[in-house]
Amino acid sequence: MTGWIDPAHAPAWALAAWVTLKLAGLTTLILLLLGTPLAWWLARTRSLWRAPIGALVSLPMVLPPTVLGFYLLIALAPEGVFGRTTGALGLGAWAFTFPGLVVASVLYSMPFVVHPLQSGFAAIPAPLLEAAATLRAGPLDRFFSVILPLVRPSFLTATLLGFAHTVGEFGVVLMVGGNIEGQTRVLSVLLYDQVEAMAYGDAHRLAAGLLVFSFGLLLVMQWLGRRTAVAHG
Amino acid sequence: MAEDGDIRLDLRLARGDFTLAVDLRLPLDGTTVVFGPSGCGKSSLLRAVAGLEPCARGCVRIGAEVWQDAAAFLPPHRRRVGMVFQQAALLPHLRVLDNLCYGWKRAGAARARLDDWIERLALAPLLDRLPATLSGGERQRVALARALACEPRWLLLDEPLSALDAERRGEILPYLEAVRREAGVPILHVTHAIEEVSRLADHLVLLDAGRVTASGAALEVLNRADLPLALREDAGVVLPARVRTRDAHGLVLLDTAAGALYAHSAAAVAQGTSLRVRIQARDVSLALSRSEDSSLLNLVPARLEALDALPGGQVQARLCASGTTLLARISHLSAQRLGLRPGQTLWAQVKAVALLL
Repeated sequence: MTGWIDPAHAPAWALAAWVTLKLAGLTTLILLLLGTPLAWWLARTRSLWRAPIGALVSLPMVLPPTVLGFYLLIALAPEGVFGRTTGALGLGAWAFTFPGLVVASVLYSMPFVVHPLQSGFAAIPAPLLEAAATLRAGPLDRFFSVILPLVRPSFLTATLLGFAHTVGEFGVVLMVGGNIEGQTRVLSVLLYDQVEAMAYGDAHRLAAGLLVFSFGLLLVMQWLGRRTAVAHG
Repeated sequence: MAEDGDIRLDLRLARGDFTLAVDLRLPLDGTTVVFGPSGCGKSSLLRAVAGLEPCARGCVRIGAEVWQDAAAFLPPHRRRVGMVFQQAALLPHLRVLDNLCYGWKRAGAARARLDDWIERLALAPLLDRLPATLSGGERQRVALARALACEPRWLLLDEPLSALDAERRGEILPYLEAVRREAGVPILHVTHAIEEVSRLADHLVLLDAGRVTASGAALEVLNRADLPLALREDAGVVLPARVRTRDAHGLVLLDTAAGALYAHSAAAVAQGTSLRVRIQARDVSLALSRSEDSSLLNLVPARLEALDALPGGQVQARLCASGTTLLARISHLSAQRLGLRPGQTLWAQVKAVALLL
């Protein structure tokens, strides 16, 4: 591998790492913003729409990533439903671009953010919120002073899972983003390329790096889960 | 307006095949107890007053303050209410002091109110604790202080003792009485325990299957023999009393409307204290003449007003002792043997008088 030291020619793995972190960070942020109201609604509503919407949110957990990627590719293309909108807004078509990757990742990682939040919200006893209301706290006040502190562990889990799962995606990225260095090539795709090119040394290093990273993230989650369990016990 | 001198509650709430429909006028001072079996709708009524039942229709007015009518529905956080829930509902992530401050801060109430209730409910040693480390009784005391620190216009108590065992109930009842005496706000207290009614109620509302069956001054309603209350296993009368003397063994001589009565009291009660006593029908027996050879201390002359047949071969005698009603529960056979008939003068032998301190 050349160009290790020269910053103008960053190595392929560094470019891919940057794209990956950018993608995972942005996806997690968007999911926390979108997923919080969605999870609240799923946890509290008695609407008939709850079941179909809940199933839709969970779909990426069982659907082959290529299926989601295929439909997204069609939607994001210039003549697709989504592509026409972004085109009309002067944003161009998003297939094979970084924004397209973000849209795909948001959909693909959604259950990993929404599910922990939803069970966190569902576990809050209704009388606590009613008591807060009789103590003069309005709806928004209740969210920040009661709900948020009580579901903080769920938010941590949702953030870590959403981030880790986005780092770990492969199929959807390849379908929607293609493999453009510095723009849409993420670490998992780079690894695939390295194996294809029989660059096993690089592949070993990258695979081990991703393995350690994912394990570390989940380990932190386990520790945090135990700490909160002890604190509440 | 003279209209504003009371509380108006006109509420309707339908849920499944259950309908709550009440139309009440309540006094603006003292404790109103809503009494009824579980499922009668008393908790729903309380929740509707607090604004926690968005489907409840009607009118909630307290003095001149309208919380709900045909035109408006104030959400719970805009009603100046203080509510204590069955399970205390303390915020688990906040220390006791922060729980107390939660509503106090938002209500913008006076600092003195907070300090006052911390002291009166003896919460100072608990302020740094988390709710999970408190006993059930301590939790309810915190919940009471938390509600009162907001300077509510109306204090709502939703079976605040039902989650506690008998011992804890005994611990917290004196605090409830202190609140009743010192809070200076009307209280709406919902319960299915007759003891709480006897001790705490100034005004009593009986609720059954979502309908009001009686509403009036507590002692009047409690002692009315024509209500289902009189047919309960623990039926009895509640009388106001004043302590005349107390001896070293805890025997207390009381002056009541029915005459002088002796009672035992473990607690020290000072001479001259006003309190209530409860005399259960099953603790009263009847004699045709005054028995001089009995160990019973309490013998009260009374006129027999009526005999009501009860299931299980029993009859309940309604007596008038110096203008006050007493109930006596005896077997049908005894009534026959004594030849009881209304108008007769008898001696009521009272086996036990419960002091309600």
